[in-house]
Amino acid sequence: MTDQPTIESPFWQMQGITKRYGGVLALDDVDFTCQRGEIHAVLGENGAGKSTLIKITAGVVAPSAGRLVLEGRDIAFAGPQEADKAGIVCIFQELSLMPDLSVADNICMTAPPGRFGFINPRAQRRRAEALLARVGCADVNPLEQVKNLSLSRRQMVEIAKALGRNPRLLILDEATSALTAGDVEKVYGILRDLRRDGLAILYISHRMHEIAELADTCSVFRNGRHIETFEKGARSDNEIVRLMIGREYTQVYPPKPQREAPPAPALAIKNLSWSNRLNDVSLTVGKGEIVGLGGLDGQGQRELLLALFGVLRGVSGRVEIDGRPARIASPGAAKSERVRMALIPEDRKSEGLLLPMSVRDNIAMASIGRFTTKGLLGGLFIDRARQDAKVDDVIKRLAIKCGDPDSPVGTLSGGNQQKVVIAKWLMTEARVILLNAPTRGIDVGTKQEIYQLLRELADAGTAILFYTTDYDELIGCCDRVSIMYDGAILRELAGDAINEEQIVASALNIDFRPLPAEPEPGSPPCLEARA
Amino acid sequence: MSIATTTLTDWKLRAGQSQGLLIAVAVFVAMFTLYITNHPAGLTVPVVTTAANKAVLLALVAMAQTLPVLTGGLDLSVGMIFVMTNCLASAIVGGEPWQVALGIVGVLLAGALAGFVNGAIVVYGRLQPIITTLATGAIYYGFALLIRPVPGGNVDGDLADFMTYTVFGETVPTSLLALLAAVLIIWLPFRHSVIGRGCYAIGSAEGAAYMSGVAIGRSKLAAYTLSGLLAGLAGLMLTFVTYSGEASAPIGGTYTLNSIAAVVIGGTSLYGGAGGAIGSIFGAFILRTIDDLLFVFDLPPLWQPLFQGVVLLGAVSLGAARVFRVKNRLELFN
Repeated sequence: MTDQPTIESPFWQMQGITKRYGGVLALDDVDFTCQRGEIHAVLGENGAGKSTLIKITAGVVAPSAGRLVLEGRDIAFAGPQEADKAGIVCIFQELSLMPDLSVADNICMTAPPGRFGFINPRAQRRRAEALLARVGCADVNPLEQVKNLSLSRRQMVEIAKALGRNPRLLILDEATSALTAGDVEKVYGILRDLRRDGLAILYISHRMHEIAELADTCSVFRNGRHIETFEKGARSDNEIVRLMIGREYTQVYPPKPQREAPPAPALAIKNLSWSNRLNDVSLTVGKGEIVGLGGLDGQGQRELLLALFGVLRGVSGRVEIDGRPARIASPGAAKSERVRMALIPEDRKSEGLLLPMSVRDNIAMASIGRFTTKGLLGGLFIDRARQDAKVDDVIKRLAIKCGDPDSPVGTLSGGNQQKVVIAKWLMTEARVILLNAPTRGIDVGTKQEIYQLLRELADAGTAILFYTTDYDELIGCCDRVSIMYDGAILRELAGDAINEEQIVASALNIDFRPLPAEPEPGSPPCLEARA
Repeated sequence: MSIATTTLTDWKLRAGQSQGLLIAVAVFVAMFTLYITNHPAGLTVPVVTTAANKAVLLALVAMAQTLPVLTGGLDLSVGMIFVMTNCLASAIVGGEPWQVALGIVGVLLAGALAGFVNGAIVVYGRLQPIITTLATGAIYYGFALLIRPVPGGNVDGDLADFMTYTVFGETVPTSLLALLAAVLIIWLPFRHSVIGRGCYAIGSAEGAAYMSGVAIGRSKLAAYTLSGLLAGLAGLMLTFVTYSGEASAPIGGTYTLNSIAAVVIGGTSLYGGAGGAIGSIFGAFILRTIDDLLFVFDLPPLWQPLFQGVVLLGAVSLGAARVFRVKNRLELFN
C-alpha cells in the first residue's frame, strides 16, 4: 500500500479491523473494501457485526485494532463529525432528526447557510426545497415541524439531509424499512443516480429482493467475521442463507417433552392489530408449551408482547386466557388474578429493575399485594417478615448471588440482575409468561440456568411466549417457533422444521429448499406460510 | 401551487407553530384592555408607565429563564443573579458619567459571568442544571449579602429617573424601550444564529443534535451566559426603579418561580426545543396584569397567588393535550 493516493485505489478499505466490547468480540480481523460507483450490500444475521462495521466507518466508534484507509491514505476518526468531513455520511433510522424543529432547520442542521454565525433563512429554505425536490418530496413544506410528518416522510427528510452533506460514501442502514412503497421506488432511483455520479454506497438491508434489485456487490458477515464477497448474481438465495449461518453450538438445552396431542391453549391471540406495526396476528400458546417468537429485530415482536401486556392503546383483536376472553388494559390488569400474565421486559435497567432499591424490594415489587398485613387495617401495610421469607425462597431457588439481599440491585452482575427480574414475576405465580430477549448480554452459565428454569416452569403448566433474536435459543428451547415479518406472523415452524436454515430463510421472507445433496427424508422441510 | 396559496400555507404553519405565543398575546391584550377600561384614569401615559416599569423586570428575568429552558434545562439562579446585580448596581453605578457607564458595563458583565459559571458547570461538570443552579443561586445570593448586608446604596438619580419615565415627548415608557433593546440586541440575533439553532436542537433531541454535528457544549454555554446577562440587565433596571439595592431572598425566589411560570404561559415547552423569549415576555405581562386587575376590581391582593395558579394550570393543560394521542403508554414516562 502506497501513501500516494491514486485514482485506482479503492475509496474505502478496512484492513484487519477488530473491535471488542468488553469481553465480546464484535468484529474479528475483518478486511473490507468499498469502491466508487458501486452499491455494496452487507448481509448477516443479528449480531453478525454489521452495525459495528457501520459505526466504525461512520466514526461513531473506534476499532480496537486494524487500519482504516480512505482513498489510499491511512485515517482515524475522532468522532462522527470527522467522518462527515471526509464525505462519509450515514443515514440513520430517523435517529438524527429533531422533532420540534422545522424540516428546513433539520436538513440544514450540520452546516446552515449564512455568514458570521447567523443563518440566512431564505438561503436555508432554498437549499431545503432543492434537496426535498431531489428526493421527490417537493410536496413537503420546509416550514413544517418534523414531528408532524409521517414516518415515511421523516425518513425521506433524513435522506435529503444526508444528501445535503455532499457524501462521497453513503451508508444506508435499514433506511427503507419505514418507507411506503412509493417512497422506496424514489430511493431506488436516487441511489442509482448517485452510483452513476461515482458515489460509494453501503447498503444494509434484510430485504433480499431489495438487495437483488440494487446491489452490485454483496458481502456476508457471520459472528463478526467477513465470510465472503461476491458479485451480484454469483450466489443463489439458498447459498446466501448457508453463508449467513453456521455458528458453533455452545449451549446445552434441557430435553423437550414428546407430545401425542397439542396441549390445551392457555393463551390464544386472535387477529391482533395495532397501528401499522402489528398486522392481524393470531397465535396460541398451549399449557406447558414454550413458543418462540423469531424473525429479525424490529418486525413487531416487541409490540406484540407490549400489546398483550396492556401497554399499547388502540389494539384491536381478541386475547383469550384459558379459553375465556380477557381485556387487558394495563400491566396491572395483566397481573390480576383473572389473567396472571408476566412480562420479562427487554431492557432490564429501564423497564425491569428499580436500580437503587434493594434486591428484596425488587423481587417483591410485582406481588406486593400478597404480603399486606391482616386485620383492621388489612391491605394497607406490608408484612415484611412474610414478604422476606417468600423472597428468600425465590432467591435460593434461582441461586441469585447477592451478598446481602438488602443491598441495591444495581450492585449485582448482569446475569444476577436478570434473575431478579425473572424472580419478581415468579412471585406472581403467573400462568402466562412473556419473555423479551431475556438472555441478552448475560453470561453463558446464567443462560443455561434460565433455559432450565423455563423448561421447569413449562413442565409445571406455565405457557411461555419467548422472543429472542438468538436462533440457537429458538432451536434449543422452543416447542414451536413463529417467525414474524413486517408486523405479521409469516411462518410457523414445528418439530424438525425448527432448524437454522428454516429460521434464517423465514426471517428473510424467502423460501428455503434443501439442496439435493442433503436429503431430509420423512417430514416436509418446512411448513409453508399460512397466508 | 400559486405563490399566494404557498404564502398562505406558510403563514398557517407559522401560526400553528407559534400557537402558544399567539394565545399569550391574546390573553394579555384582553386582560390589559379589561384593566384599562376599569381604571379610573383610563389609558394615560402615567398608568402605562407604572405598569411597564413593574412588568419589564419580570419580563427580563423570564427572558433569562427562557434560554436554559430551550436547551431542556432549568435555571433556578436567575432570581438570585437579579438580586446580586441589583446590589452591585446600587454600589457601582454612580458618580461621573464615565463612572456610571463603567458601572453599567460592570453590572452586565457580572450577570454574564454568573451565567457563564452556571453553563460551565452544566457542560463540563455534567451536573443537572436544576441542582447546579440551585447551588450557584445560593452562592450568588451570598455575594449579594456581602455587597449589601442591609438595604441601601444609591444609583445615579438622573439616569434612574430617565429609565423609569418616558421618552418621545412623554409618550413611550423608557423601560419598554429597554426591553425592546434586549429583544433586538440579544434575543433576535441569538434566535437566528447557528448557536441559537443548536440550543433548540439540543432541547428537541440531544442525541440527534450530537449526531448532526451540533456544537453541544458551546451552544449550552452561550445559552446560560446570555441568560445571566439578561438577568443582570433586569437587576440594573430594578436598581433604577428602587434607587437602591437590597439582598432580599424573597424577591430572588419569587422572581425565579414567576419566571418559570411566565416561560410556560408564553408557550415554551419545559422539555425544551420549542417556544421563545417573546412568548415569555407576554407570559410575564399576564402575570403582572393579574395584580393590576385585582386592584381595579377592588379584590384583596391576597387573591393574587390563587389567580396566578389558575392561569398557570390553564397554560400547562394546553400543552399537555398530546397525552391523549399517545398510543404506546410507555412513551408517557419518557
